[in-house]
Amino acid sequence: MPRLSYRKALTRALADEMARDESVFLLGEDIRVAASNVTAGLLKRFGPDRVVDTPLSEQAFTSFATGAALAGLRPVVEFQIPSLLFLVFEQIVNHAHKFPLMTGGQAEVPVTYLVPGSGSRTGWAGQHSDHPYSLFAHVGVTTVVPATPADAYGLLVSAIRHVDPVVVFAPAGAMDVRADVDFAALAPVPIGRGRVHRAGDDVTVVAVGHLVHDALAVAEELADQVSVEVFDPRTLYPFDWDGLTASVARTGRLVVVDDSNRSCGIAGEIIATVVERVRLLAPPRRVTRPDGAVLPFAPALDRAVQPGREQLTAAIQLTMKDE
Amino acid sequence: MTRDDPVRLYRTVRLIRRFEERAVDLVRAGAIVGGIHPYLGQEGIAAGVCAALRDDDLVTGTHRGHGHVLAKGADPARMLAELLGRETGLNRGRGGSMHAADLAVGVLGANAIVGAAGAILTGAVWARRRRGDDLVGATFFGDGAVNEGMLLEAFNLAALWRVPVLFVCENNGYATTMPVEGAVAGTIPGRAEAFGMPAAVVDGQDPEAVRDATAAAVARMRAGGGPELIEARTYRFDAHHTFEHAVRLDYRAPQEVAAGRSRDPVEIQGARLSGVDRAAVDADVEATLDAALEFALASPEPDPAGALAHLYASGLVARTGGG
Repeated sequence: MPRLSYRKALTRALADEMARDESVFLLGEDIRVAASNVTAGLLKRFGPDRVVDTPLSEQAFTSFATGAALAGLRPVVEFQIPSLLFLVFEQIVNHAHKFPLMTGGQAEVPVTYLVPGSGSRTGWAGQHSDHPYSLFAHVGVTTVVPATPADAYGLLVSAIRHVDPVVVFAPAGAMDVRADVDFAALAPVPIGRGRVHRAGDDVTVVAVGHLVHDALAVAEELADQVSVEVFDPRTLYPFDWDGLTASVARTGRLVVVDDSNRSCGIAGEIIATVVERVRLLAPPRRVTRPDGAVLPFAPALDRAVQPGREQLTAAIQLTMKDE
Repeated sequence: MTRDDPVRLYRTVRLIRRFEERAVDLVRAGAIVGGIHPYLGQEGIAAGVCAALRDDDLVTGTHRGHGHVLAKGADPARMLAELLGRETGLNRGRGGSMHAADLAVGVLGANAIVGAAGAILTGAVWARRRRGDDLVGATFFGDGAVNEGMLLEAFNLAALWRVPVLFVCENNGYATTMPVEGAVAGTIPGRAEAFGMPAAVVDGQDPEAVRDATAAAVARMRAGGGPELIEARTYRFDAHHTFEHAVRLDYRAPQEVAAGRSRDPVEIQGARLSGVDRAAVDADVEATLDAALEFALASPEPDPAGALAHLYASGLVARTGGG
């Protein structure tokens, strides 16, 4: 089977949706030359009316997209840097997200916000390394964090077709993942549906985005000691609570690995909801960035702040010891 | 009777005036909760601008937005029902005073975040013109908004991409309690000129002067011109917000208020009508508002079970309560 990279899967999803639907267009900084290498080839194929380079005006072009969506188009807005989402949080939350309710159902705002390279890219330091997906889940904006090329394709397609705003986080740690893919089988992935990557009996590990690959590696390493089930929610809001509950109801143990800062991160919500629904055999554990972390520059410090395989291994072993 | 007929223009300012006076009474009586930002004194601007627009042109308003919504053609009965939080309101009671919207008449919403709507309207007009519609837009904002970065970013985008948006600054002298002299470096037309946009200063108390300035700008925009700005000098007759009726804020000298109120757009336009015509319009406006109030008060309040209806256009239902 041919190999497909995560990055090329995003490009393919954009191209397929632009070809399928004239109302889809791209908006962002340096997207004509594809500085993030996601929009490569799209200017040539679809022209400058549908691949629109913007000035450095994130707040204005984010709300410009809201207006274009209100008028019937389907903008895809690319942000080169995840931390820019803090700059446009107002435009997404106060306007795009609130319009349907505030207008009593008169308005639809089908905008996709695509963030290629979210989280740490190593060495990009404090203002380019955030992973703010928990913030969007908190305010109720549809939030997806695909881990694999097929899911990157399928979730981006679904996001573009969705009638509400969707933030698509494409973690830097997943952008170079490649997988054998049957191109004919690439399909939309439903929003709000998780996926069990590896079945297991002893503990459910919920891993978000690129951390799915770390969780699978750890599960493999521990295979002779503990049977780990790896659950990838894929969508953080709305979350697939039924899918996760079914998994934890079988395993009885829960560990979450999440690249958010700990307080009010999605891991806390996942644990809270599971313990409301399932009687666990052992206290749940979470592996996250520390409380209130700012990513430091030096590579060793950058790594020290991100959730890693050693911490995940320790958390799994700890939860297996607890009874 | 054409849309810019002097009688029609008088009817619009009179309708807004009496609507607002009745709304203030309803706030005092406790029937409208949360209060309103009365448009009293500024009626000539919304009436004059909208008289020079077509039905299919788009507008956005502000937190002081009742006048914009009414002048563009929304039903006063459904507007009043919205202020009273009724299911029959323009926004089904989900938006209230500061978010009143009527997409059917081209009102993309009053918007309560100062300076935010300009970029939204720019995107909407750009999108509609891309689809072949030759409409234009007008976005209203106050003097406070000219210091908001996102509005200035919108000026740049609209001018750069030659999107036919009329930026209408309602300069009533105060951003809440902050006088223009204390807040605006440079001038308001200077903001536009910096982006290569034509700018005009008009007497906002004269509805026909506003209409004529708008008509000239709109003619240029329909002929292929880019955005323009109008600074309409006006005076707010009443409080910033009805909370000031309870908590007197000392920022405008009584002499200043008296001088401001002496130039009343309703009187200025009314003087252009015969006594008979004027009396007929006044009677018609009262009858319209009597019927509007009767309709609104007879309308049901929304069912709390549907408090989060319309949160998502996709029909997603927010998780409520535990688990």
